[in-house]
Amino acid sequence: MPDISLIVAFFLLCNVIGGLIRVLRGPTPADSMLAAQLFGTTGVAILIVLAKPMKMPAVLDVALLFALLAAVVVVAFVVRFWAPASDRK
Amino acid sequence: MHLSEYLGFGMTLLAMPFFLCGTVGLLRFPDIYTRLHALTKADNVGLGLVTIGAMLQTQSWVTALKLLLIWLLILVTSAISCHLVARTALRRGIRPWQNR
Repeated sequence: MPDISLIVAFFLLCNVIGGLIRVLRGPTPADSMLAAQLFGTTGVAILIVLAKPMKMPAVLDVALLFALLAAVVVVAFVVRFWAPASDRK
Repeated sequence: MHLSEYLGFGMTLLAMPFFLCGTVGLLRFPDIYTRLHALTKADNVGLGLVTIGAMLQTQSWVTALKLLLIWLLILVTSAISCHLVARTALRRGIRPWQNR
């Protein structure tokens, strides 16, 4: 049943697009950054759902990489850019 | 198709309301702390259900272990980044929202 997987992936993609509205509206930079967090989890879910119907097991490695990068992005943003100047490293 | 594949699709479909709740919470909640709450809890449950669904559909142990690893990694990293963002927001003086 690859059709169901495609519909699920499309629905998840709509969620990511909905999260982009928060990037436009978010009052603080961190609110915009939350969309990156959303893209981390939802993007990984899209890749996991699509790995089987695409018949490409390597997509799971890409999902693993996305999971790593989502963490690095948020931590780098907070520590290097958003933290109060006295705490910045 | 085996029973486990149907179960896997069922798990994947069950995950969708959680993702929807996460996105709606991100758009509707009033301040950054509540948005963090929606995002890092609901989405992780959804991702867990998607992972379990994919594990039920696969036959190889290596793939199942890799999927489990992805989920554990997301759990750890989203917990860490949630606490980091919330603590930094408090240090910057952003007041938590109160309904008064």
